[in-house]
Amino acid sequence: MEEKFARPEIRKPENIVYKRTDLLVDRPLSYCPGCGHGVVHRLLMEVIEEKDIVSKTIGISPVGCSVLAYDFLDVDMQGAAHGRAPALATAITRLWPDRYVFTYQGDGDLAAIGTAETIHACNRGENFTIIFINNGIYGMTGGQMAPTTLPGMRSSTSPYGRDVDIMGHPLKITELVANLPGTYYVTRQSVQTPGAVRKTKKALRKAFDNQDLNKGVSLVEVVSNCNSGWKMTPVQSNIWMEENMFPYYPLGDIKVEGTLVEK
Amino acid sequence: MGELRLMKGNEAIAEAAIRAGCDGYFGYPITPQSEVMEYLMAEKPYESTGMVVLQAESEVASINMLYGGAGTGKIVMTSSSSPGISLMQEGISYLAGTQLPALIVNIVRGGPGLGTIQPSQADYNQAVKGGGHGDYHMIVYAPASVQEMADFVATGFKAAFKYRTPVMILSDGAIGQMMEKVYLSDPVPRRTEEEIISQCPWATTGRPPTRDHNIITSLDLDPAGQERLNLVLQEKYRKIEENEVMYEEIECEDAEYIFTAFGLSARICQKAIELAREKGINVGLFRPITLFPFPKKEIRELGRKVKGIMVVEMNAGQMIEDVRLSVDSDIPIEHYGRFGGIIPTPDEIVNVLENKIIGD
Repeated sequence: MEEKFARPEIRKPENIVYKRTDLLVDRPLSYCPGCGHGVVHRLLMEVIEEKDIVSKTIGISPVGCSVLAYDFLDVDMQGAAHGRAPALATAITRLWPDRYVFTYQGDGDLAAIGTAETIHACNRGENFTIIFINNGIYGMTGGQMAPTTLPGMRSSTSPYGRDVDIMGHPLKITELVANLPGTYYVTRQSVQTPGAVRKTKKALRKAFDNQDLNKGVSLVEVVSNCNSGWKMTPVQSNIWMEENMFPYYPLGDIKVEGTLVEK
Repeated sequence: MGELRLMKGNEAIAEAAIRAGCDGYFGYPITPQSEVMEYLMAEKPYESTGMVVLQAESEVASINMLYGGAGTGKIVMTSSSSPGISLMQEGISYLAGTQLPALIVNIVRGGPGLGTIQPSQADYNQAVKGGGHGDYHMIVYAPASVQEMADFVATGFKAAFKYRTPVMILSDGAIGQMMEKVYLSDPVPRRTEEEIISQCPWATTGRPPTRDHNIITSLDLDPAGQERLNLVLQEKYRKIEENEVMYEEIECEDAEYIFTAFGLSARICQKAIELAREKGINVGLFRPITLFPFPKKEIRELGRKVKGIMVVEMNAGQMIEDVRLSVDSDIPIEHYGRFGGIIPTPDEIVNVLENKIIGD
């Protein structure tokens, strides 16, 4: 295998047009094949590498599929209790004001159990970046209903589809925090196509650049697939995401430089 | 050369924290401990020493701010009272599991539930036996005066960093609210960034090219790995039991009977000793100052010399379990407690001593 694919004769520095960032630890990811987490991990580390801020970066991993993010991201990291990442990030950014601090959270973590911490950190205008992966389901615990599960969408705790009369409505927390004075940049992106990946990277770069300005929270939501939780192939799940998730969670900037974007 | 002041217990904690070089306080108001944050906000240490003071949105948030702050290697603390401390238990368990230094102050009020805002000692078991999930302990100091409220802040920070463990000051609403003279030692400057990085190589300070990335987590999905962590913790608690026991003996030399009490109850027992001795009863006081580690050996030895022990607590009988586990002689060990915010009087205590212990 190694010899067949390594092609040592073409592995010369002048031939390299793209390589994995060294800040992404060289070990198999714990995510399902087809999941968007790996792409976002790479983009995040590329931004930190390009900004050359690894010695000033502290990340907070959540509870959920990305609970082990610290195993893949080669920066100092602390694992939060479920939902509390913004509380940890608040203290860290206040105690080390010149550090770049980010939280990496899923929808259950950020928009259910951690709603209070999310809203209050955003409202205080803390100087850190929130990376919010929204796939509308609890992946790690096995496909239960999330705060962002769509109406009618099936999960293991809404097996006949989310009935909003009984189970309530999906929470658009990103729009909610965009309306708070403490957020400076709020955007919703995705990573299912090369174009979308490039836009997400730009958004992440902007979010980290904003930390140089100390003007408040930057939140980058990434609407992602969960092919395992949705019980689809990766390709099917991306199509389903475009057809169902995007109409409910429309992509694009919601707040830029502290001002809501007119739609 | 320090300074003598008249202060409330809660204020003494706040002032002592500033003077001990504390880097961050994260709290949420709750009676009867709100003066801690009120004092800090009025003193504005963020302008003088650079200490961060932040009012969180809940006790759940403040303990997780403490957890994040502790991860940076800085000296951090929070304070609350019983219901708020219950909300913090998950975060305290994380601090223990990740072996982070932090100070938590519990100005106890009567419970259970919303209970009362009056003083109580009913959180002994929660503080001493762990409180949150998993096998862990905090080092628990029980001050009996405003002076000790101030002193145990610096003592607590030191122990927290020595053992990389959460430390609790377990006080009560009376000591928090009462005013006494207190000697405050001279301020110690906050540590510099370089000092923190060299003293806390485990902390999240930002990874330089010279080391691997630091990961602070209590998660280990491999049972063998998780057992190893637990063994490390247990070894640490044995060392703490060997080295950190603190206690006080008052008039124990000629005592035939012993009161055992901590915190405010111990103060009341001192008056009870006077009353009892006026009646010709030779009684002394054994006061555990650290509740974990509990002074097991010392109380065992006293138990071999006296005719009976009376445990006085403002609860239904919690520390008495540790006294009974420690004492190996066949003497009566009885409990007297008042609950719900009622403070026992010295007369009551002497009466119970006469009827329940000596009367036997």
